[in-house]
Amino acid sequence: MSYPGLSYLRQSARTAFLGELLFGMALTFRYFFRTKVTINYPFEKGPLSPRFRGEHALRRYPNGEERCIACKLCEAVCPAQAITIEAEPRDDGSRRATRYDLDMVKCIYCGMCEKACPVDAIVEGPNFEYATETREELYYDKEKLLANGERWETEIAERLARDAPYR
Amino acid sequence: MPKLTIDDSEVEVEPGFTVLQACEQAGIEIPRFCYHERLSIAGNCRMCLVEMKRSPKPVAACAMPAADGMVIRTNTPAVEKTRKAVMEFLLINHPLDCPICDQAGECDLQDQAMAYGLDHGRYRETKRAVKDKNFGPLIKAVMTRCIHCTRCIRFSTEIAGVQELGATGRGENMEVGTYVEKALASELSGNMIDLCPVGALTSAPYAFRARSWELRKTESVDVMDAVGSNIRVDVRGAEVMRILPRLNEDVNEDWISDKSRFACDGLRYQRLDRPYLRDGGKLRPATWDEAFAAVAEKVKATKARGIAAIAGDTADCEAMTALKDLMAALGSPHLDCRQDGAHLDASHRAGYLFNTSIAGIEQADACLLIGTNPRVEAPIVNARLRKRFLAGGFPVALIGKKTDLTFSHKHLGTTPNVLDKVASGAHPFAKVLNKAKRPMLILGMGALARQDGAAILAAARKIAEDSGMVNDGWNGFNVLHTAAARVGGLDLGFLPGKMGGRDVAGILDGAGMGEVEIVYLLAADEIDMDRLGGAFVIYQGHHGDAGAGRADVILPGGAYTEKNATYVNTEGRAQVARLAAYPPGEAREDWKIVRALSAVLGKPLPFDSLQQVRARMAEINANFAHTGVVAAPWGTFGEEGRLDPAPFASRLANFYMTDPISRASPTMAKCTEAFVNPARRRTGTDG
Repeated sequence: MSYPGLSYLRQSARTAFLGELLFGMALTFRYFFRTKVTINYPFEKGPLSPRFRGEHALRRYPNGEERCIACKLCEAVCPAQAITIEAEPRDDGSRRATRYDLDMVKCIYCGMCEKACPVDAIVEGPNFEYATETREELYYDKEKLLANGERWETEIAERLARDAPYR
Repeated sequence: MPKLTIDDSEVEVEPGFTVLQACEQAGIEIPRFCYHERLSIAGNCRMCLVEMKRSPKPVAACAMPAADGMVIRTNTPAVEKTRKAVMEFLLINHPLDCPICDQAGECDLQDQAMAYGLDHGRYRETKRAVKDKNFGPLIKAVMTRCIHCTRCIRFSTEIAGVQELGATGRGENMEVGTYVEKALASELSGNMIDLCPVGALTSAPYAFRARSWELRKTESVDVMDAVGSNIRVDVRGAEVMRILPRLNEDVNEDWISDKSRFACDGLRYQRLDRPYLRDGGKLRPATWDEAFAAVAEKVKATKARGIAAIAGDTADCEAMTALKDLMAALGSPHLDCRQDGAHLDASHRAGYLFNTSIAGIEQADACLLIGTNPRVEAPIVNARLRKRFLAGGFPVALIGKKTDLTFSHKHLGTTPNVLDKVASGAHPFAKVLNKAKRPMLILGMGALARQDGAAILAAARKIAEDSGMVNDGWNGFNVLHTAAARVGGLDLGFLPGKMGGRDVAGILDGAGMGEVEIVYLLAADEIDMDRLGGAFVIYQGHHGDAGAGRADVILPGGAYTEKNATYVNTEGRAQVARLAAYPPGEAREDWKIVRALSAVLGKPLPFDSLQQVRARMAEINANFAHTGVVAAPWGTFGEEGRLDPAPFASRLANFYMTDPISRASPTMAKCTEAFVNPARRRTGTDG
């Protein structure tokens, strides 16, 4: 290390008396007393916005009826074409999806499906920890999405309620 | 001609036009729900209100006749405000269920609410709800969505001719429905689905299956009857989701029959998707090479005169051309395209065409129907006859089975004796025909597919000649076919050859006696398979129907939505069906199969592309070179002879099931159950 502007003598003296080391240690010592910015993930987690767009879920009504009516608006709006829906009349004559496939590998997490949904069925929940070992596990079907909905319903409902005034 | 001013530009329109039509002519769009150019004017939706000078109130453009010197304004703030108000009224009771409505995406109310409506609703009170009605297996009715435009009512009374639909109640309590709960018994009922501007009437078999924006649309023609209705095939993925009519003023106007529209779900079932070979009495899946090798082996071991071919009712002209040329190369004269054994005389084209043309019916002024029930055999032709009848001065008489044709007609009798009387001029109706300027007669397959068919053809020709049906610019002699392939086959000469060629009856007799050893069935399913005896049967087609059940080798072909093919309708109009979805599995376009087989048989046909096949077709018959209708020259056809006194029988027992596709269709099965064999006729031991 050389400091142009310092004379050779002063430079040598600073090195001999460990000047750089002490300077560095002083900086370290200062940070020692400041608040920590890192967290102990996965045991601690940072705050999430109610609008955070994580893993998808299909919700149900409180009475257990699935919300999705297979209107295919999410399929139409999806810019990555990650959603595939097939519909048929259910035995009681209501419109229901026989197939709701979501390719999480294609998905770009733009949240348009959530915005397009007229019944708040498809939502992007708060979960972002769903890494898998294979790609195949990321091809979600209706069953998986409904299971997600059941698991995350409390959080999703809370987030929707908190975001409602701004929608 | 009235001249009026619309938005500062002068328009001159034909007398009798309404203001709305005048605006259309001027290129100005007027929103409307109840107005439809083919129906009477109702003027009850009020969406078409425009401003007229010196009128204190806005006027309904659809109901106001255009008059000289009118000053119409369609773009003023007042008109805009009126439209917003009308739209708001319409939406008061319309449910907000677009996400589950099949009409969404192609809904007039949706589109016009976007274009002319308010951007928000102000109505906070409760909405009206109406109990859904049961309109049968074809139409799904969600009557809460109804905006009371009455298009369906007017269609059923005016076009379809069944006075079954109507409105009960007034104002908010008005409900559209059949007065007593029943299915709509009309062969044209599906058109109400297209007419309905909202989602009140939607297609029941198509319910929730696809959205309008997902569909790939292909313009094609229909083969369910010989009318050749112009259709649009909507496909999602590899599956035909629905079939809609396409406008053709000369053929089907805006309508198609229910079979044309709803039989398409038969394309999903019973399909032949790979070649099959009969092995030890059972059919087993095979490869194309195996199937061709089996055919080649059998053909090599058979004399040329032991081979015969029959073309079915939905065979396309390209495949018939290829098969005809292959049979000629093999040296066999035994081929026929008349499965029902109709005595059609191919020597003169006028002798087997609907010469008047379907649009020409509107010019006729008297009509004699012989051995036909157009309502079942060709509902579109029947709708034209009814349209002509409603215009007035159109006496119609029927010789054949007594039936309801949706318009009043005279029933002269059921036997050919009556025909004889009319031909000799002794019958009173002969005078009606003689007096008429443009009389016409329609000869059905029920009259021709009999032993004495040729004599009946001659008698009909005599009536046509004696009553002046054939003169300059008018030909009133018509044959109404029931098979889409028939006229094409006759045009191509897919008929018994000169050197003792056998017709269908001859082929079947020959097969029974062992003289015909190989029978090539090109999608032919309507013959009596038991009479084929021990013959080696090659079946080329798309459905596992009667022919496939009897076959020794099955060569899987494409249905009419799965190939680029030419069909000639009963008028002699060559029209092209286009490939909308690929044939399933290993199935191929039919002419290609015959071409490939010809190479295996060592007689390669001289065409390798569709263009070349079509060039060959035009070589056989110049009518394939163009798409219009050319008047066919008159000639002498039919064979005079004794008429069998047996009454005329209808060829089609069940309108809903006439070919392999409609027989495989679950919707058509439901219709058969609902309309042809109603439950009340069944006993406890049925099914």
